[in-house]
Amino acid sequence: MSDTAVATEKPKTSFRGSGGVRGWFGRQPGWVRAVVALAAAALAFLLPYVGDIPLIGPQLITEGIDWPSALFNMSYYVLLALGLNVVVGYAGLLDLGYVGFFAVGAYGTAILTSKDSVLYSHTGWAWLAAVPVALAATMLAGLILGWPTLRLRGDYLAIVTLGFAEIIRIVATNTQTFRGDRGFTGIPHPPGTWNGKVIFGVTDAIPYFWLGLVVIIAVIFGVRNLDRSRVGRSWLAIREDEEAAEIMGVRTTKFKLWAFSIGAFIGGLGGVLFAGEQGFINSSTFVLQFSILVLAGVVMGGSGNMAGAILGGALISYIPDRLRGISVGGTDLYEYRFAMFGVVIIIIMILRPQGLIPSRRRAMELKDRAKEVAPL
Amino acid sequence: MSEPHMDTPEELDRMNARPIDEPAPTGADQILDQGVRDPDALLEVDHVTLRFGGVVALNDVSFSLRKGEIFGLIGPNGAGKTTCFNAMTGVYRPTSGAIRFQGQSIVGKKKHEITRGGIARTFQNVRLFPEMTALENVMVGADAHHKTSVISALFRLPRHWQEERSGRERSLELLEFVGIRRRAGDVSRNLSYGEQRRLEIARALATNPTLLCLDEPAAGFNPAEKAELLELIRRIRDTGVTVLLIEHDMRLVMGVTDRIVVLEFGKKIAEGTPAEVRDNPAVIAAYLGVPTDAA
Ligand SMILES: Nc1ncnc2c1ncn2[C@@H]1O[C@H](COP(=O)(O)OP(=O)(O)OP(=O)(O)O)[C@@H](O)[C@H]1O
Ligand SMILES: [Mg+2]
Repeated sequence: MSDTAVATEKPKTSFRGSGGVRGWFGRQPGWVRAVVALAAAALAFLLPYVGDIPLIGPQLITEGIDWPSALFNMSYYVLLALGLNVVVGYAGLLDLGYVGFFAVGAYGTAILTSKDSVLYSHTGWAWLAAVPVALAATMLAGLILGWPTLRLRGDYLAIVTLGFAEIIRIVATNTQTFRGDRGFTGIPHPPGTWNGKVIFGVTDAIPYFWLGLVVIIAVIFGVRNLDRSRVGRSWLAIREDEEAAEIMGVRTTKFKLWAFSIGAFIGGLGGVLFAGEQGFINSSTFVLQFSILVLAGVVMGGSGNMAGAILGGALISYIPDRLRGISVGGTDLYEYRFAMFGVVIIIIMILRPQGLIPSRRRAMELKDRAKEVAPL
Repeated sequence: MSEPHMDTPEELDRMNARPIDEPAPTGADQILDQGVRDPDALLEVDHVTLRFGGVVALNDVSFSLRKGEIFGLIGPNGAGKTTCFNAMTGVYRPTSGAIRFQGQSIVGKKKHEITRGGIARTFQNVRLFPEMTALENVMVGADAHHKTSVISALFRLPRHWQEERSGRERSLELLEFVGIRRRAGDVSRNLSYGEQRRLEIARALATNPTLLCLDEPAAGFNPAEKAELLELIRRIRDTGVTVLLIEHDMRLVMGVTDRIVVLEFGKKIAEGTPAEVRDNPAVIAAYLGVPTDAA
């Protein structure tokens, strides 16, 4: 949106006046921002080679897991955080069962492609062919969860969504079709060859990370476009005062369902990428902690803000992977990851309750609340 | 969507099926003209009763608004004025009775449908979107008639740009109209109380209403601010919008309205021009705190 249309007084639609790096960024002309964003994206593509940087590089990369695989893990966690941020951060709908959509995406892919699938004789598709169907299934799952929970808010909604994810996990664990612990093997990898070699093989995770990055960038653009439009305004209005929003003409039902299914779609993207990289999935991946972890990432990074969600999502994946292979008293630190997260989150919430990169609106909300508590 | 206060469908059917010219239940107010259908009416509140458990917030209330007038709805605290707005905007469903807007029943319609149909309102306790800028608040109202779909927003199709631009321009005009254009970029919770009240009016006007309902817009204003508000209400009317005004301040209401309905304990106790209402003994009694039965 250009502010030039109102040259006389220059009212702002966003909070571009604020200080700090983001304040500076916001005040720059469009082309500067585009260049900075492009540079950031280019650097992200170079992340697999971080280890080659003298001195700091070796400190950053993981030991217990090869670095490109750790980066790929980060990429699907970031996708999940971005998707959950739409549901929780933008529309204000607390979803504790978000891993359910990741599972639907992954299982959708598996069941259409794996030779272990009951459908194999009919389908046995390539990965790419399964992707649109799996994604459609996750969006449908989003609607199925969204529809009956439309009237629920806050803690009630959280409980129902939690149940939703558990139902998916239990169905996956206990039914013959979804094969429980045995899981699905031989899920095909994404297609493509380069100089006569397959791009997406089993040894090198770098192409998968790059693929994840491309998807992340597309998602960032899409979510940003939605946020800065009628859709984002409607979500925000719903979050702030649902009834007033409806009385002002916002179709609350429609936009809440969209939030659910867009969030589900992004989670499903994470799922299809995961299945395509691993080649194998089983029900033990989709445990409740997974949902909680992603939510913790979003909150830690700064709910309602994409940069925060990206950082939070990356950290919840990076930290445990970085700890892998470091053993203290005979136990791998990785085993302590949840305990450590607990501590880290508590510390962050004390020092920076709005998250590491707070949404400007949320920051304001909290600041005002603090003022109310302790007037100067 | 079934809401807790709703009645069974059978009951509602029966209610809607009730002939509109059925004689009103008789009471102390039978002298008032009840149920006379006015073909020019913009809004008809027709024998509306609304109960909250034991509390009868509206008791067989009828009145109708004509296009282009400024209509006052007054009464002491707890008389049922806000409840009447809530019934008209779909927040509460009348226990019985009908509400028609431009000849069509609006009972049971969704809140956002009623808004798009042409009834906009403000709230007694300001209910802005506090973290949005003033401009964004108004744009939410303007969005009521926009058609940008999620797909056109996602891919920035021409409709998105076009509606975003026109919505923004119209919203800025409305901020200018209510006199807070210079605050357009400020977060609405940082606006002064008076500015917030004006912003609510701008947001309601952005939905392009035929009827604008203002719930005590001058509450807490000093005399100078009240005078400005009166001016604004007249200007709104001059743009062709019918105004329904709830107000406590008798002098303010008398000065601006064409006709007035007085409620007390959920009942209509008087209706007429300001002069007629002012001299009505029941109204005087109500405002002095004497029970109407004694009047
Ligand atoms: N949601 C509700 N549940 C129960 N009772 C309600 C509810 N809303 C209103 N009432 C009751 O209905 C009656 C009318 O309330 P209403 O708010 O319409 O009065 P009002 O005329 O707007 O008064 P005021 O001038 O104080 O705003 C009051 O007795 C009130 O307590
Ligand atoms: Mg009231």
